[in-house]
Amino acid sequence: MLNTLVKAVAPNMYRYDEFDAQFVGERVNQFAGQVARRLSGELTEDQFKPLRLMNGLYLQLHAYMLRIAVPYGTLSSKQMRKLAHIARTYDKNFGHFTTRTNLQFNWIKLVDVPKILRELADVEMHCIQTSGNCVRNVTSDQFAGATDEELEDPRPLAEIIRQWSSLHPEFVFLARKFKIAVGATEKDRAALQWHDMAVQIVKNDKGRTGYKVMAGGGMGRTPYVAHVMSEFVEREDILAYLEAVLRVYNQDSRRDNIHKQRIKILINTIGPEEMRRRVQREFEELKRMGTLQLPREELDRIAAYFAAPKFETGLSDSIPDAGPDFANWVKTNIHKHKAPGYAIATITLKTPGQVPGDATAEQMEVIADLMDQFSLGEVRVTHEQNLVLPHVRKQDLPAIYARLKELDFASPNAGLITDIIACPGLDYCDLANARSIPIAQKLAKRFEDLDRQHQIGELKIKISGCINACGHHHAGHIGILGVDKKGVEFYQLVLGGSGAEDASVGTIMGPGFGEHEIGDAVERVVDLYLAERKDGERFLDTYRRIGMEKFKAAAYQEAVAA
Amino acid sequence: MSKLIKSGGYQQDVFAPVGDDAPLPEGAVLVSLARFKKDRDTLLARNTPVGVRLQSSENPESLGADVNHFALIALEFPKFRDGRAFSWARMLRTRLAYTGEIRAVGDFLYDQVNYQHRVGFDAWEVPDHFTLEMFNRALSEMTNVYQPSTDGRKTIRELRASPRPS
Repeated sequence: MLNTLVKAVAPNMYRYDEFDAQFVGERVNQFAGQVARRLSGELTEDQFKPLRLMNGLYLQLHAYMLRIAVPYGTLSSKQMRKLAHIARTYDKNFGHFTTRTNLQFNWIKLVDVPKILRELADVEMHCIQTSGNCVRNVTSDQFAGATDEELEDPRPLAEIIRQWSSLHPEFVFLARKFKIAVGATEKDRAALQWHDMAVQIVKNDKGRTGYKVMAGGGMGRTPYVAHVMSEFVEREDILAYLEAVLRVYNQDSRRDNIHKQRIKILINTIGPEEMRRRVQREFEELKRMGTLQLPREELDRIAAYFAAPKFETGLSDSIPDAGPDFANWVKTNIHKHKAPGYAIATITLKTPGQVPGDATAEQMEVIADLMDQFSLGEVRVTHEQNLVLPHVRKQDLPAIYARLKELDFASPNAGLITDIIACPGLDYCDLANARSIPIAQKLAKRFEDLDRQHQIGELKIKISGCINACGHHHAGHIGILGVDKKGVEFYQLVLGGSGAEDASVGTIMGPGFGEHEIGDAVERVVDLYLAERKDGERFLDTYRRIGMEKFKAAAYQEAVAA
Repeated sequence: MSKLIKSGGYQQDVFAPVGDDAPLPEGAVLVSLARFKKDRDTLLARNTPVGVRLQSSENPESLGADVNHFALIALEFPKFRDGRAFSWARMLRTRLAYTGEIRAVGDFLYDQVNYQHRVGFDAWEVPDHFTLEMFNRALSEMTNVYQPSTDGRKTIRELRASPRPS
């Protein structure tokens, strides 16, 4: 076993103290008690459901699914090895990285859950609030702490939010789920504006660092991009402000129609102006009370856990030559690091034909080894269902690439048309109307040719198997939505969405395509783009310039003629 | 049958629930918000305790300046999934400075009692099978908390900052 040869490196990330450890330990016991009450029949399934969801346990089509929180996407190698162990021992030897940067196991037995939770607690992990109508796992930029684009590392604030939102007594029975993201760059890699609430670290005109707060974004059947709640919240006020937003939501949201209970519906019903007024009132009261004020020392104390590692100096800042395949991988999967001689490497879990986001126990273990050998013990999970080695020496890139190639995780396709987001769909999920995974696999195969992928350039395809939009189809440059028509799966095309700083909601093209037509339809859309594009435009730019009609005519051409 | 848990033990419920159209009996009564609004002056003129039972859609701010006339405010959980009353209790204890009894009534679970306790509830109308032992266990499952709330408990952040026994 390779991993026995590699010494685990402890990365600079949050570590539990005795209070966190006790909290998670007691929470495991509490949930074990709930499972026992369900197994004994004391709790009905109806009563157990919100309790198990609040601990990341879903009942899917075939089995229980357990979703493990990966706070702001940061994992240590020790944690990665534990996930591999759980996959091997309690599941079918693989796990699935999700768009909320979590990891989920699809074949879990209810009786095993308390044991799994105890194993997770051993490596400072949990499943608290990875599902249910509460504040979910806080996500962030996968390049946090490694990119020179950020004002500061967003993860300390994300960790503070994680603690504040953990079993918050007022907000564990919200009207619906509530997702929070934190970013610190102009270029948005965390889909901030698609969140129920998002915090962007900004500087005001006096040069002071603080937080811009947005709220009311969300996917689902009524997609909205978030509204700005406040352009600038002072550092010490941030928890009071976030609590104010949640309080208004908890008090004022509808509770009579599950499809109209997200905060986006509240804000777009009463209007952003009225929402800001209500939030401001709660905020001023909370600020006066003072109990939620965040002292500078606390922020510094948490930030110290995430201190930049000691980067080696005097390294060569050029990437070695290691052949054309390697050069292609560098072109798409390597991002600039803040330290000279270092790079940020994206591992796409999207080799054409693969299930997007899946990794086997063996693959997780090799990645853990790579983390220890080459990335200071750390990896990040991205909302696009990829992994990132945040701190690698440029000189090590050829060795990393060679190992990834053995794993079949070396596809040079980050951000390209085959780097597809897909929800689990009808293969696993009992909410789904259609399969997503096979559509993603077939599209990736169809566009596998690398020259063509590079010719097409940045193009984000996102696939959801139902209107709940877990595959982010509203935010896809090309979105695909699976629908069910009288027991047959159809796929609608959605064009022009974006999950980046230029966030936009995609537009539905028209009636769906059959399972065997959707690939051709996507191809015709892409071909039209290539024919129409001007001076290096991305697909999204061309779409925004020329509009839906031409794409629609192209996509339906054959379908109309038939 | 249900029973009342308050101040760490079972208590006699002295408030008689009164329907919206029923005559007012002698002694302490518990009425709906609609009934209170209709018979406000009569109710306040009586020299006996008045309680009001609010549905989860009824914001306690609508009680206005009358709030501290009540000896009891019962907050209803129509379904245990409806968590609005958690915010109403907190608002009563903070913004409205209400010091009387806040009673949890309706469909709530063992697993919610601790959260209710944290946000300001101090009385629980529980079904017969819900024992005092269960109640105390519910409050003791989690030793420490991350958030300040109306219960005034020290948060984990405060505990971290205070000197620890060596």
